[in-house]
Amino acid sequence: MPEIRNYTVNFGPQHPAAHGVLRLVLEMDGEVVQRADPHVGLLHRATEKLAEYKPFNQTIPYMDRLDYVSMMCNEHGYVLALEKMLGITAPLRAQYIRVMFDEITRILNHLMWLGTHALDVGAMTVFLYCFREREDLMDMYEAVSGARMHAAYYRPGGVYRDLPDRMPQYQKSRYKDDADVKRLNENRSGNLLDFIEDFTNRFPAYVDEYETLLTDNRIWKQRTVSIGIVTPERAMQLGFSGPMLRGSGIEWDLRKKQPYEVYDRMDFDIPVGVNGDCYDRYLVRVEEMRQSNRIIRQCIDWLRNNPGPVMLEDYKLAPPPREEMKDDMEALIHHFKLFTEGYTVPEGEVYTAIEHPKGEFGIYLISDGANKPYRLKIRAPGFAHLAAMDEMAKGHMLADVVAIIGTMDIVFGEIDR
Amino acid sequence: MMSDYYSHLSERVREQLGNLIESADVAFQELTITVGKDNLREVACALRDDKNFACEELIDLCGVDYSQFGEGAWQGPQYAVAYQLLSISNNHRIRLKVFTDGEPPIVDSVIEIWSSANWFEREAFDLYGILFDGHPDLRRLLTDYGFIGHPFRKDFPLSGNVEMRYDPEKRRVIYQPVSIEPRVNQMRVIRDDNRYIAPDIEEENSDA
Repeated sequence: MPEIRNYTVNFGPQHPAAHGVLRLVLEMDGEVVQRADPHVGLLHRATEKLAEYKPFNQTIPYMDRLDYVSMMCNEHGYVLALEKMLGITAPLRAQYIRVMFDEITRILNHLMWLGTHALDVGAMTVFLYCFREREDLMDMYEAVSGARMHAAYYRPGGVYRDLPDRMPQYQKSRYKDDADVKRLNENRSGNLLDFIEDFTNRFPAYVDEYETLLTDNRIWKQRTVSIGIVTPERAMQLGFSGPMLRGSGIEWDLRKKQPYEVYDRMDFDIPVGVNGDCYDRYLVRVEEMRQSNRIIRQCIDWLRNNPGPVMLEDYKLAPPPREEMKDDMEALIHHFKLFTEGYTVPEGEVYTAIEHPKGEFGIYLISDGANKPYRLKIRAPGFAHLAAMDEMAKGHMLADVVAIIGTMDIVFGEIDR
Repeated sequence: MMSDYYSHLSERVREQLGNLIESADVAFQELTITVGKDNLREVACALRDDKNFACEELIDLCGVDYSQFGEGAWQGPQYAVAYQLLSISNNHRIRLKVFTDGEPPIVDSVIEIWSSANWFEREAFDLYGILFDGHPDLRRLLTDYGFIGHPFRKDFPLSGNVEMRYDPEKRRVIYQPVSIEPRVNQMRVIRDDNRYIAPDIEEENSDA
C-alpha cells in the first residue's frame, strides 16, 4: 500500500493573486490547507538601513515606496516622529491638508484593495470601476505634489506647498478631440478644492455601485462569509490593527483613541464588524470609504475659509521661499545647509503611530543627536497580518487562501521594507 | 496632561515591578521600561496580565545595534531588543527594552506571551543575529535563502558583501563578491549643533 503524504504547493511568487511577490508554501491534505508558510523578503530593500546613512529629510521619499498604494500616510508617520523629536507642530492649515490627504489616501488604498480582492475572488467589473475612481484621486496627488504616486509632500513642519489654485488641464492630442477635452476638463476648471469637492459629491454613488455588485452577491458571500474568522482575543494576540482588528469587533481606531493632527475636530464614525470573517472586514472597509468621504468634505469647508501658512517659518527645518533666496544671502545659506546637512535631532527615542489604511503604521526612531537617524524601525501593519497567515488559512480550502490574502490587504513594499 | 498620565504610570510600574526592572523613564511623553535579560518574561507577563497595564498587543519588536551610538560614546551592551506594547483597554503604550551582549546575543522569546512576536523575532534574528530562546521556528525571514551575515549590524557594509547575477556559461544564477566601488558620498555628519543648544545662543547666531 502506498504511503499517503501531504502534498506541498508553491503559491507564487508569480501568481497574480499573491499580490506581488509572496511565496506561499502550502502543505495540503487533498484540497485542505494543513500549514501555510509564507516566504517573504523578495522585495526587501533595507529601507531602514538606507535611512541610517541619510539626512532625515532624504528618507521621506523612501516612505512613499513602502506601502506604494497609500503613499502619503507612510510619510505622515515618519514626519510625525520627526516633529515629536524636534518638538514642533505644523501650522493648522497644514494639519488640515494632511488629514484631507490621509483620507484621500485611505480611499485610494481601499479602492485598490476592493478591486484586487474582488478580482481574486472572481469579479472583474469591480476592479475596473475602482481603477476609474483611483484616476481622479491620483490627479489630486499630482496637482498638489507633481507626482501621481510618490509624492514626498509631507515635510517636518508642514507640507511642501499650499494647494494649487488651478488643476492641470487635458490638452488636445491625436487621441482626444475638442469635445473630449472639453468634457474631461469640465470639473477641472476651478481649483483643487473644487475638484475634490466634485469628487466627494460623486463618490457615495460609486460606493453604492460597488455594493450593488458585491454586498448581496451570492458568489461573493459564498467566498467570504465565515472565511478566515479571527476572534477578538486572537486578533489582539496576533498584533492586528486597523480594519483587521475592527472586523473582529474591537472598536479601536487611532484617529479617535489617540488623535493626531486635527482628527479630534472631525465628525466621523468607526465601523466595527461582528463575526471577524472576510465579509465583515469587507463591510468595515467599504464603510470606512464613506466615512473618509465625510472627513474630506469637512476639511474642504475649513480649508476654503482659512488661508494661512502651510509650513513653519523656521529656516533651519524648512527651506526659505524661492524668491527670498534670490536676493537674501542668509536665506541662500539656509537653503544650502538644509539640503546638504539637514538638521540635528536631540538624542532620544520616540515611537509614533498613525491610523494607516491598513492598520497601525508606526515609526520607532532612535537618534544619537546626529543629523541622521541612528535606528529607524518601520512597523508595517501588513507584516503582523501576514504573520497570521498560517493560523487563518489552516483548515480552509486552497481557493479560500486567495480570499484570505485579499482580505489582509497585503502590499509587499511595506512587509519586506 | 498626557505626560502626567505617563509619569503616574511609571510610578505604578516602579511600585509593582520595582525589584524586577532596571528603570522606568518618561521621555517625549513615552514610557520606557528597561529590564534585565533574566526578568524579561516575568515583566512581560505582568505587563500583559495586570489590570493596571493590560498590554494586550505587542505592536512591534525590533533589534538595535548600539555599537556606534554617539560615535563610540556608548559603553553599555551592544544589542538591545525593543518591544512596543499597546494596551487597548487602557489606551496607553509602553516600551520595553532589554539589553544583551555576547556572541551570539541571546534573549528569551516572548512568543508564548504574545503570538505576534513570532515573525518580529525572526526578523530581529535575521537582521541582527539575536537569538530568541524558546522560539519554535527561528529561521531567516527577509534575507535571501543561504544569506551569510546579519545585514543591519553596524559593521555590515551598506552595499553588502555579495552580488548575484546570471552566468550564461554555467547557465545558472551565481553569487560573487560585490564589484561596485564602495561609495563615499555620505553627507557630513553633524552633532551637537549649536543651533539647538540654547535658545539665547540661537538668537545671537541669527543676528550675526
